[in-house]
Amino acid sequence: MKNFTYFRPTTPEQAVALLENRWGNTELLAGGTDLHDLQKEYVAQPARVVSLSGVNALAGIRVEEKSVRIGAGAKLADIANHAELKRLFPSLTDAADQIGGPQIRNMGTLGGNLCQRNRCWYFRDEHTNCLLKTGQRCFALDGENKYHAIFSQGHRCVIVNPSTLAPALIALGASAVVQGPNGRRTIELGRFFRAPGANNEREHVLEANDMVVEVTIPRSNLANASYEVRHKQAYDWPLVQAAVSFERGDGGVRNPRVVLGHVAPTPHVAEAAARSITGQAVSEATAGAAGRAAAQDAKPLSQNGYKVKLVEVAVKRALIIAAGQKRYWEV
Amino acid sequence: MKKIHVTTTINGKETEFLCELRQSLLEVLRDVLMLTGAKEGCNNGNCGACNVLLDGRLVNSCLVMGAEVQACNVQTIEGIATPQGLHPLQQAFLEGAALQCGICTPGFIVAAKALLDQNPKPTEHQVRHFLAGNLCRCTGYDKIVRAVLQAATS
Ligand SMILES: Cc1cc2nc3c(=O)[nH]c(=O)nc-3n(C[C@H](O)[C@H](O)[C@H](O)COP(=O)(O)OP(=O)(O)OC[C@H]3O[C@@H](n4cnc5c(N)ncnc54)[C@H](O)[C@@H]3O)c2cc1C
Ligand code: FES
Ligand code: FES
Repeated sequence: MKNFTYFRPTTPEQAVALLENRWGNTELLAGGTDLHDLQKEYVAQPARVVSLSGVNALAGIRVEEKSVRIGAGAKLADIANHAELKRLFPSLTDAADQIGGPQIRNMGTLGGNLCQRNRCWYFRDEHTNCLLKTGQRCFALDGENKYHAIFSQGHRCVIVNPSTLAPALIALGASAVVQGPNGRRTIELGRFFRAPGANNEREHVLEANDMVVEVTIPRSNLANASYEVRHKQAYDWPLVQAAVSFERGDGGVRNPRVVLGHVAPTPHVAEAAARSITGQAVSEATAGAAGRAAAQDAKPLSQNGYKVKLVEVAVKRALIIAAGQKRYWEV
Repeated sequence: MKKIHVTTTINGKETEFLCELRQSLLEVLRDVLMLTGAKEGCNNGNCGACNVLLDGRLVNSCLVMGAEVQACNVQTIEGIATPQGLHPLQQAFLEGAALQCGICTPGFIVAAKALLDQNPKPTEHQVRHFLAGNLCRCTGYDKIVRAVLQAATS
C-alpha cells in the first residue's frame, strides 16, 4: 500500500473541508472494508485519507414519528440487528444481515456501503487499465463477464452496482442527506446512483468533496422484502437481488416498487414488473408473471445469460415474502 | 515517512507502539508487537485468519489501520487462555480435532468467542452463519462447528 497522510476530523463540516474537488488524491475512510482493499491492490492510491472514525455525529439509528434516520456511520451489524428496523423494514435488515460475515458487518458502514466501488475483476486488478481508470475500453464487454450486467443498454462499462442495501432503500423511498462545501442537501436514493464511464466518475452522483451524512426512510406500512440468489448461503456476493415494496389494499397490491440489484451498473428499477403486479393479489402465478416482466428487456452478455432466469425467481420470491406467504422453496 | 504514536489496550494491558500509516493492525500486531497468533491469510477481509476483537466486536485486523486503534481495546488470541488453563473453546478444538494445519484456528477461536459472548447457546445454524467469514482449507468445517457447539455446553 502506498503511504499517505491521515486526518481525523470530528464534524462532517470539518471532514468535507479536508476533501478536494477532484477524485483520487484524497479519500474518505469509514470502515475501510472496501477502501483498504483497493489501496492494497494499488487501485486506489490516495495521498491523503480523511477518517470518519472521530465523527461521532454519524453513528446512530433514530426511529422518529415520520421517518427513520440512519447515520452514514452506522455499522451494517447495527442495522441488521436493530429490533425496530427489523419490524418496519425487513428488506433492509435482511439485506444488511447477508453482507459478508460478522467481521465485515461490524466494520462496514451504511455510507461506505452506498459509496463503495464496484467489484469488477478488471477494475480491481492493478494491471488492467480499464475505462474506469484511464483506459479506453471495458474489458468485461467481450471478456470474462459472468457476474456483470444484463441491463447495460447504452453503457460503455458493464459493472453491476455492488450495494445490496441500495435496492432495498430505493424500494422504501429513502433519501440521502449529503454534506457539501456549501451546506446540506437531500438526494433521493433513486437518483443517487449512476453508471460511471471514466476515471473521474464514481458509481454515484456525489462530487469529490461531498459526503453522505445520513439516510432517511419515510415511515410507512409498506410490505417489503429483499431476496438474493447466491451460490452459497452466506459470505458470497449475490448473483441477483430483488427488493420490493407495496401497499396492501382491498384491490390487491398498490404502488409497488421493484428494484433489482447486481444486474446493471446502477440499482435497476423494474417498472414492467411493478405494472404487472399492480392491482393483483400476490400469488405464485401473479408474482411469477411480475418476475417474467422484470426480465423481459434483459440483454445478457456472453457468459451471464443465467441471470435472466434468476431475475424472474428473485422477483417472484421477494413478492411472496413481502406478502407474508409461505416460502414454497423452503422445505 | 513519519511514524505515528499510538496508545491502546491490548489483552488488558496498556500498550504503546509506533507504526506507519499504511500498516494494518494485523501488521502492527505481528511485526511490531510480536503477537503472531493472528495470521495473515488473504489480507483483504475474506478469510478471518486475522480476527481480533476491537472494543468487543469481531473484526478483520487486516482491514483496520494500526493508527485507528488509538484508545481502543483490542483482544487477540493471545489473551484468550488464562494462567489457569485453556479457554473451553480451545479445549474443545483440541479434543474434537477441529484443526489440521492450524493456520485458521486462531481466527476461528476468536470468532467463536465473539459468538458465545453474545449468544452462549447458539444453534448449529447460528454457528454456521456466524463463522461464515472464516475459511478453513483442511477440516471441511464440520469438526469446527461441533467443537463450538461442544464448548457452548461446557
Ligand atoms: C467478503 C465481503 C463480502 C461482501 N458482500 C457484500 C454484499 O453481499 N453486499 C454488499 O452490499 N456489500 C458487500 N460487501 C461490501 C461491503 O458491504 C462494503 O465494503 C462496506 O459496506 C463498505 O463500507 P465501509 O464503511 O467499510 O467503507 P470504506 O471502505 O471505508 O469506504 C468505501 C468507499 O465509500 C466512501 N465513503 C465511505 N463513507 C462515505 C460517506 N459517508 N460519504 C461519502 N463517501 C463515503 C469511501 O471514500 C470509499 O470510496 C462485501 C465485502 C466483503 C469484504
Ligand atoms: S487476513 Fe484478514 S481476512 Fe484474511
Ligand atoms: S486447519 Fe488448515 S486451514 Fe483450517
